[in-house]
Amino acid sequence: MKDLTFDSVVIGGGAAGMAAALELDRAGFSCAIVEREEALGGILTQCIHNGFGLIEFNEELSGPEFAERIEERLAGTGITSFTGATVMELDASGDIKTLYCYTGAHGVMRLSARVVVLAMGCRERNRGNIRIPGDRPAGVYTAGLAQRLVNIEGFVPGKDVVIIGSGDIGLIMARRMSWIGCKVHAVVEILPYPSGLTRNIVQCLHDFGIPLYLSHLTTNIVGRERVEGVEITPIENGATRYDKAFTIPCDTVLLSVGLVPENELSKMAGVELNPMTNGPVADSMLMTNVPGVFACGNVLHVHDLVDYVVEEARRAGAHAARWLKGERPKAEARVKAGPNVRYCAPSRVDLHAANKLYMRTLIVKNDATLEVKVNNRVVKSVKKNHIQPSEMIAVELGPKDLEFAVGAPDPVVELSIS
Amino acid sequence: MKTGSNRYDVCVIGAGVCGANIARRLSAYELDVALVDKEADVSFGTSKANSGIVHGGFHHNKKYLKARLELQGMMMFDRLQQELDFPFKRCGIVVAALHEDEMRAIEQLYMQGVDNGVIGIEMCSRERMLELEPKLNPDTLGGLWVPGGGIVEPYRFVFALVESARKNGVEIMTGFKVEHAARAGDEWTVRAADGRVVKARYVVNAAGLYADEVSRAFGAEEFEIKPRKGEYYLLDRLTKAKPERVIFPVPTSVSKGMLVIPTVEGTVLIGPTAEAVDDKADLATTREQLEKILSSARAMVPSVSEYDVITSFAGLRPTLEEDFYIEPSAKAPALIQVAGIQSPGLTASPAIGEYVKDLLKKEGLRLSEKSDYDPFVGKRPHVKDLTPYEVDKLAQADPAYANMICRCEKVSEAEIVQAIRAGHTTLDGIKYFTRAQMGRCQGGFCTYKIIKIIMRETGLSWDEITKNGDGSRILKDAL
Repeated sequence: MKDLTFDSVVIGGGAAGMAAALELDRAGFSCAIVEREEALGGILTQCIHNGFGLIEFNEELSGPEFAERIEERLAGTGITSFTGATVMELDASGDIKTLYCYTGAHGVMRLSARVVVLAMGCRERNRGNIRIPGDRPAGVYTAGLAQRLVNIEGFVPGKDVVIIGSGDIGLIMARRMSWIGCKVHAVVEILPYPSGLTRNIVQCLHDFGIPLYLSHLTTNIVGRERVEGVEITPIENGATRYDKAFTIPCDTVLLSVGLVPENELSKMAGVELNPMTNGPVADSMLMTNVPGVFACGNVLHVHDLVDYVVEEARRAGAHAARWLKGERPKAEARVKAGPNVRYCAPSRVDLHAANKLYMRTLIVKNDATLEVKVNNRVVKSVKKNHIQPSEMIAVELGPKDLEFAVGAPDPVVELSIS
Repeated sequence: MKTGSNRYDVCVIGAGVCGANIARRLSAYELDVALVDKEADVSFGTSKANSGIVHGGFHHNKKYLKARLELQGMMMFDRLQQELDFPFKRCGIVVAALHEDEMRAIEQLYMQGVDNGVIGIEMCSRERMLELEPKLNPDTLGGLWVPGGGIVEPYRFVFALVESARKNGVEIMTGFKVEHAARAGDEWTVRAADGRVVKARYVVNAAGLYADEVSRAFGAEEFEIKPRKGEYYLLDRLTKAKPERVIFPVPTSVSKGMLVIPTVEGTVLIGPTAEAVDDKADLATTREQLEKILSSARAMVPSVSEYDVITSFAGLRPTLEEDFYIEPSAKAPALIQVAGIQSPGLTASPAIGEYVKDLLKKEGLRLSEKSDYDPFVGKRPHVKDLTPYEVDKLAQADPAYANMICRCEKVSEAEIVQAIRAGHTTLDGIKYFTRAQMGRCQGGFCTYKIIKIIMRETGLSWDEITKNGDGSRILKDAL
């Protein structure tokens, strides 16, 4: 068995993993990236549409271009990348963490490191997770699988499509399927508002005349061997109106019903998860409860834009490097999701440093106010033109904002929206 | 093994758990045996979607053939597992009583079990029940403990039986839908919908849900198999609700009730419902029934959560009458009827193989043992169950053992290739054989990889890749 030692190992070679590794390398620490696919870039490699990079590169790039730009930065660094390598065992209990990576090329490799950065990304929720009853024919795929089949493998999974859920991948796939000559009959969303970004509703549905059924529940999938139709039922004033159910004929159902951080390895390593994000509970250094194990990107919480993923991962990498040098936060405050806030990540802030938090709201609102309270005292209030659950909100908190917390027992920072 | 001829001593119709056991049992003798099935792969009917329980022998009175075969069958699994290497575990069965009046039913079951000779059966206090199964509702009043009951992966059992049968000379024909049968001299000519013909001196009708139609094709007894649907939920292996034992409620008059089952492979199954349906192809799940499953499972194991659900599915029980119908046909010569095999059919199936072999002998089939009969199939390594060191060693000889295809269930490329080489070339066949696509992502990440491996290994083109047979093509076009 190949036995290799690094200062740090990053699990996942997508945008987050590469960005974190670059920071560790910049700080002078040896670093290996372990990626289960055959190429670096993660899910970006199948996202051939544009709209990536407006913040990171100040221009509009496709997913593969974005991934390539980040990957180019690896050239000339000391970072070792293992692709086609799946981490199957992770023991993070000691000072030296052990990872067993299964690879088609080198058999099993044992990697040892003082720091592990979790950057495994997320997976799509599927039919079972949202419990759609009905037949179990061929033709039911997650939007991401369909995207892979069309954009990389060159196969068309179906001709007459209904998309369930208005998540971004579903919206992008509505446009993509239309471009290759398929008919997208509907996008069906259970909520009264879309789950995807507004720009995708406009560019992927409106521009193609694809109907969006809001407040509609998918109540049945019909078809013995291959999908023949989808039954959808309106929800009116909170009641599912089965009397008004109707069936849309189609041969394919694509599901875009949310993403879940892929934390099975984290659980194996004893990492505590936040039930609101399904990602690790992280401190102000983006470190989990397991010392030396950091998390960033979609494995920490599902982001809306890859630009934010990279920004967060860069911080995780830099924090991990500082941690390796022995730096620790002097004092932290707990971060609490207050009224109308679904979650904030990370779960702690450093009272003596500049902190950046990402949060998501539970409500759709124009002219909203974001308020930050430290130990019940309002320290910051920010006006927001428009907020909605699908769009992340960034909050910056510096030592000045947090000065009331210094010295207080169990200080709490509460974020709220009104 | 014979080649080039379509004449057999015995043709077994239906490659479910009964047909597979019968064919494998017959493969120990100097006989030419054909095992035919209408589906694209074996075990694609009732045998693929059921509770996977090796029952405890206490649910039925031994005046019934099914009870006697259950008691005999349940004892045969340990040896079969040694020979065939399929997932099976005697984890034990508890029957939980949640109300005072249910304790009386428990007592009845206990007495029936004792009368049936069930080994180790116990009446349990609340304390004993919670010690045996800490996940049980603390309001449990008491119950029954049957240590010999167990769990099995039913399709893997069938696959292993079929592999063993094939190894010992049985010819397997899939996609063979029996449409017509005629007898000339001492031989049946069995014709399939696609024109293929099998000639056999004896025929066993083990066609499950379609045993009535097959009986009709032979001009034998008229009866009607009525499908009774059972719906299930499958829970993620990381669920907090995973019990150590199979948990039964107190049975009702129509079924053994909805169970909480720790599967051998680590996931948790809850169900089944019991609902009569008209259509033998109706495997749809329904909102109403699925809600029932959750509430019923929660009554026994409160930690069952809908957030742990990874998929739902339904199976159909082929019901006929109270008891199994296993007899030589009184109307058609040299035809053995094996029909109405609902629960405890899986448990009884090895004994059914034995029983049908004896019936055939009584009907005049000459049984002489094969000198080269080999009951063992080669053990296949599963990466999921191995240490990294063991996997590394395997990968030295075949690097595909360390190339992971299904991350959720930990299935390597080597295992997918083995499934294909064993004849499982549909996505569902590969799923049942390897577990790839069976985990929490339900194939979201690995489906495209498996499609490519099937194409590479078989030479099939993209438009020949199916979920479970002809009508279920996965892809509609290529760019």
